Amino acid sequence: MIRSTFALPAVLALLSLAGLLSALTGDGWRDLLSWTALSVPLLAIAWAASRRSPRKDDPK
Amino acid sequence: MKRSAVRAWYLVHKWMSLVCTLFLLMLCLTGLPLIFHDEIEAALGGPPPLAGPASASTAPGLLPLDAMLARALTERPGEVPLYMAFDNESPLLTVTTGPAPDAPEGSMTLMLFDRTNGQLVAPPGEEGIMEFLLELHTDMFLGLPGMLFLGTMGVLFVAALVSGVVLYAPFMRKLDFGTLRTTRSRRLKWLDWHNLLGITALAWMTVVGVTGIINALATPLVDQWRNGALAEMTGLEAGAAPLPPARYGSLDKAMASARAALPGNDPQFIAFPGGAYSSGHHYAVFFQGDTPLTKRLLTPALIDAETGRLTDVRPMPLSMKALQLSQPLHFGDYGGLPLKLLWAALTLLTIVVLGSGVYLWLGRRHAPLSMRLAEVTSGGRIEPAPSPAE
Repeated sequence: MIRSTFALPAVLALLSLAGLLSALTGDGWRDLLSWTALSVPLLAIAWAASRRSPRKDDPK
Repeated sequence: MKRSAVRAWYLVHKWMSLVCTLFLLMLCLTGLPLIFHDEIEAALGGPPPLAGPASASTAPGLLPLDAMLARALTERPGEVPLYMAFDNESPLLTVTTGPAPDAPEGSMTLMLFDRTNGQLVAPPGEEGIMEFLLELHTDMFLGLPGMLFLGTMGVLFVAALVSGVVLYAPFMRKLDFGTLRTTRSRRLKWLDWHNLLGITALAWMTVVGVTGIINALATPLVDQWRNGALAEMTGLEAGAAPLPPARYGSLDKAMASARAALPGNDPQFIAFPGGAYSSGHHYAVFFQGDTPLTKRLLTPALIDAETGRLTDVRPMPLSMKALQLSQPLHFGDYGGLPLKLLWAALTLLTIVVLGSGVYLWLGRRHAPLSMRLAEVTSGGRIEPAPSPAE
């Protein structure tokens, strides 16, 4: 895992902003880019929810 | 981070969140159906889509605007026109009337017409569930004070987001991104969920919060534009006597002058004299561009309502552009159904963040502050003492 606290949140934030703006500037592939980019934060949550397990509960 | 700094940010986060949470929950719950207002209205038996040339165009087969206006005024005898709005996809044309040129929004009547045959598509004055939700969402039926109040709640929400990000740093210092400890205690589980959802949806929540604040300032921003840039364009002095409706000239002539000034653009709506979007003497024809971005950035052409001659055309000032761009970025209705679904999912996440925040506060609100700060700086490994009530 990346140890920096804000590295992954910053990537998610930049993707979200790119997604919000791309659909505003045009249709077609820009919409597609918007849907993809804004899905990433949701996928990150799904990933976190799927990997939780009692053993990994309290990393050192 | 210094202990005193954590303490200050903790208190900011707690109080900003507590004050705005209830209203934010209401905004999320009313905003959720509003994202799908087109789909819901269609499902509730709204007017079917009309086939034919776009009412905003100059295609043959469209009735003159003067004829459409006369048709609308026979439905509402004794009233005056306030707005006429066009569609880029169908011959649908809407006319808003009211008892006086400066009638308040509550006494306006909106009617939908087919511009190919002059038929009334939807009866006037229909107040549906979506209008109810929109008004609750915008001003809680309190007008301008309600809008400004909800705007203030938006400011607190953004302050809660900022302070939440600051507190995320000491909390996550020794934890990996996405840590969800679900088996230790219910409190720790919800604390981890609160942090994970808050940080992943942060950019979206900030954009929706900030654009909500800008939208809440719509009335003062429009007033400022009307008294500043618009007054400058018309050259009219403040307090000049308004043109009586009986002397309004031909709309088609005015539209021809406006189109000549902005070739290649199509109109989105006409604001009649005396309303918020025009002067007392002018038809203001608002033109839109043809990309999703420029479609939102309107350019007004001012036409002398009596003579039909062009007075001035100028792009909107920055404050009005910010307002116009804030609308799509707040409502999420600009990128098709998939974007709306993502918008709804992110709204649901926000509800969970708000709810878990209240749960976390309720559970330990009687614990000493030092214990609650220790919980933040230890990443949840030290839990505050249970409240005496438990």
